[in-house]
Amino acid sequence: MRNHCLRLGLGLLLALAAGGSAHAHAFLDRAAPSVGSTLNTSPTVVRLWFTQAIEPAFSAVEITNAQGTRVDDGQPIVDDKDGTLLQIGLKALTPGEYRVNWYVISVDTHRTEGHFTFRVAR
Amino acid sequence: MHRNIASGIALAALTLHAATATAHGFAGDRFFPATVLTDDPFVADEMSLPTLIQNPNAVDGSKESDVKIDLAKRLTPDFGVTFAEQWKYATIPGTKATKGLGGLTTGLQYQLFIDPASETMALAGFQQNWAHTGRVQGAGAPDFTTLTPVFDFGKGFGDLPEAAAYLRPFAVTGNLSFDFPVKTQSNGKLHPNNLNLGFAFEYSLEYLQHHVKDIGLTAPFDRIIPLVEIAISDPVNRGMSGQLTGTIQPGAIWAGQYYQIGVEAILPINHRTGHGYGGLVQLHFFLDDLFPNSIGRPIFGY
Repeated sequence: MRNHCLRLGLGLLLALAAGGSAHAHAFLDRAAPSVGSTLNTSPTVVRLWFTQAIEPAFSAVEITNAQGTRVDDGQPIVDDKDGTLLQIGLKALTPGEYRVNWYVISVDTHRTEGHFTFRVAR
Repeated sequence: MHRNIASGIALAALTLHAATATAHGFAGDRFFPATVLTDDPFVADEMSLPTLIQNPNAVDGSKESDVKIDLAKRLTPDFGVTFAEQWKYATIPGTKATKGLGGLTTGLQYQLFIDPASETMALAGFQQNWAHTGRVQGAGAPDFTTLTPVFDFGKGFGDLPEAAAYLRPFAVTGNLSFDFPVKTQSNGKLHPNNLNLGFAFEYSLEYLQHHVKDIGLTAPFDRIIPLVEIAISDPVNRGMSGQLTGTIQPGAIWAGQYYQIGVEAILPINHRTGHGYGGLVQLHFFLDDLFPNSIGRPIFGY
């Protein structure tokens, strides 16, 4: 019985290992500037890639400084060619810590949100 | 200008929506996986099929393997029902192996609250393990019904200060429940009231990688959640007070878009629970992601 259970379990794992592409909750896949990073120069744009396509009308990102003041250009854009990419332009940033707040709805209407910080050193 | 207005409306709508309950174990930045041993603190449309369990050897030397199915379904965004059943295969030294269904367990769940800012959620529930819904002789299914009120909670530590940033991926979920068997004894066995406690201590690599610090993890490693689960059952009466049993289950959960896979070792906390070690594998499906427009959403109020 133990061997039977293990074989069944391993079989299921192998069968599913290649799966996983998706139209479900959109998780953050990667970001530029990267999460928790420190930059030597002010970035001009923040880019967020998600694990799947998001709805432009219901997805947004804003960048704030340590005082909570927005430092982005107020125009979040979902890329026309890559529906997983959400980006927003930045004003010139002075040294300090900045917070990225994002909210997205995936194409099948599931909502996720998150935040992270990055620093500009000089 | 139009884009500004649109994004403003979107942010406002999303902020308002954040105060409402959502399925799938999200509270703000935090994703709570469906834990194996500990009841989840959120209503959901999810299914575990199957959970394969090899239990540690029992005190009498018997060995039991289980195949378990769990289903959770939302009726409204905040209210759901659960069903659980398992098939057992047991061998006792010197006797013939026995097998059969255990008792059916059903439950009602109500999401008390979800607070995104503090990554906190809580749920109140009521479970019923039904008499004579499995093979009583041999498989040990109950010949008495047990009623169990349940309180479940989850707390993520994403609100810790910057100095403790690497502790932010930690989260804990927990259960508190109390068993009320409707028979005090049957077949010569006493059925005590039990106080049940359960905890799952999790460290989310997904949270670390995508909310705290990019440490270079990529798929599939950025979706792994190492955890330790603990469950304790403590009889409180009928001459069995203090005869505590329980297990500690270290392991990991990998959570993808449509499903998650959990693997845990099973270690008895004392000799009364068993000896040696066991293990389990669970395949768990997110029905709300698989079938977002049909069985994966609440029946009412969606």
